[in-house]
Amino acid sequence: MTYAIIQDGPSRSFAEGDKFLAGATDRDADVIVHCGTPFVADPGKAAILVELGDESLAEHIGEDPAVTNALGFARYRNGDDAPSKLVELVRPASASDAAVAAAAKVFKEAGLEVVVSSDQIGRIVNRLVIPKYNAALRFLDEGLATQADMDLTCKLGLGYPDGPLERIIRGGLENHYDTTQALFETYGTPAYAPPRRAVVSKNMSRRRDR
Amino acid sequence: MTRTIKTVGVCGAAGTMGAGIALVAARAGFRTISYDMKEDALERSAKQSAAFLDKSVERGKLEASKRDAIVGAMSRTTDISALEDCDLVIEAVFEDLATKQKLLDRLDAVCSEDTIFASNTSTLSITEIASGSKVPTRVVGMHFCLPAQLMKLIEMSPGILTSEETFESAWAWTKACSQIPVRTQDKPGFILNALLVPFNNDAIRALEAGVASAADIDKAIKAGLGYKMGPLELIDLIGLDTQVRLCEAFYPITLDPRAATPPLLRRMVAAGLLGRKSGKGFFDYEGNAMYGA
Ligand SMILES: NC(=O)c1ccc[n+]([C@@H]2O[C@H](COP(=O)([O-])OP(=O)(O)OC[C@H]3O[C@@H](n4cnc5c(N)ncnc54)[C@H](O)[C@@H]3O)[C@@H](O)[C@H]2O)c1
Repeated sequence: MTYAIIQDGPSRSFAEGDKFLAGATDRDADVIVHCGTPFVADPGKAAILVELGDESLAEHIGEDPAVTNALGFARYRNGDDAPSKLVELVRPASASDAAVAAAAKVFKEAGLEVVVSSDQIGRIVNRLVIPKYNAALRFLDEGLATQADMDLTCKLGLGYPDGPLERIIRGGLENHYDTTQALFETYGTPAYAPPRRAVVSKNMSRRRDR
Repeated sequence: MTRTIKTVGVCGAAGTMGAGIALVAARAGFRTISYDMKEDALERSAKQSAAFLDKSVERGKLEASKRDAIVGAMSRTTDISALEDCDLVIEAVFEDLATKQKLLDRLDAVCSEDTIFASNTSTLSITEIASGSKVPTRVVGMHFCLPAQLMKLIEMSPGILTSEETFESAWAWTKACSQIPVRTQDKPGFILNALLVPFNNDAIRALEAGVASAADIDKAIKAGLGYKMGPLELIDLIGLDTQVRLCEAFYPITLDPRAATPPLLRRMVAAGLLGRKSGKGFFDYEGNAMYGA
């Protein structure tokens, strides 16, 4: 399965020098991958993929049921940490199985792990992990335990490679704010409301930028 | 000042947690008395503990002489008065407030005034349990992880009335057992379950909301976050009925919507899909294959 990458600006999924970028061919390829460039319909392609941030795929491709080969994707990444091996493929209701298979193949051949998510904000990982991170930040404010003890509990008790608090802080509290805010605007549930420490970090950076 | 602890009693020692906790104590050289109300279960669990130790010897992780010392340090009883000399009594009986309070009341009558009582409760309040004793200052939370004989972490929580001496003594004892204690407040679920139970519920809700298949939800969490287990396979291991009980313990107290029982979970339990123990939960465990349910 050949693929072409049409890119404008940096990609959150593929940093400069990423193996996936090197494997791309020209625009005659079976699959088109948009990174920061506008979606252009082309029914002749096996799949057209649009890189996503925290937004819905429909913002890029619309909700037209006749478009069967357009999909979204994002490589999961904790803030500024290096991208993980996980690609979340976003499948709109209109997508054909063949388009999903073609898209999955492109990423798998590049050594990435692929899961399929519906077009809901936060996809799988952020939808699930952000409320836990918010709870951990709140617990820290409320004095439940120290950061070190909360992180240690998750590592020893649950086998996580790192604790939730060290992870959020390493990835950047501002990034955490942006993601949780996007989820909060969509779902309105308190679990996604930006926690104090993330708000502080965001406001301080806004003040610096002013 | 910390109390010197030489003899440890474990209540509910025939149970899953109690048996493991008794091994932890005996392994660290403490005289350990296993107490349970069920005699046959106590015999059965003593055999299982012996088998566990034999395996450790076979694997070269434990010297045969050390095994004999551990076995020699352990005794068992169905008579609560046998706990009279204990410096520390750890309770791991049924997760029921009245049962635990009543047990502490009986221990009050048996043990000396300065015996420390520790509770392994997962969901109840240490302060509420402690109110079962006339000396609530001596009661402390000591939450082991399953399987206790293999997991190092212990969440230690003081209740409102717990004395600092009690806490410090119990803390020092866990370290003498080569365990790793963390300090947490007496709040529902302490750290581990407060983070885990709602997270697992969220995974069930994501499945119900059609975000992804069970297999893809677990794969995403493992590949994206490096967790050893996906949330849905973990619930299958814990048992879906147990997950409902956890929700029912936490939600009425915290009113955290994430802790409420997800409707899909309730339906699956009603349908007999309890996870590994019933052969099917979010995944299928029959014939060794694991498929998305
Ligand atoms: N199973 C877990 O994963 C886990 C993990 C951490 C903590 N805990 C906590 O540990 C405690 C025990 O859980 P478990 O899963 O081992 O339960 P279990 O049912 O396997 O064992 C309980 C044991 O207590 C005995 N018992 C009950 N009431 C008694 C009494 N009044 N006097 C003497 N013995 C009595 C029973 O005979 C049984 O052997 C609970 O408080 C639970 O919340 C459980």
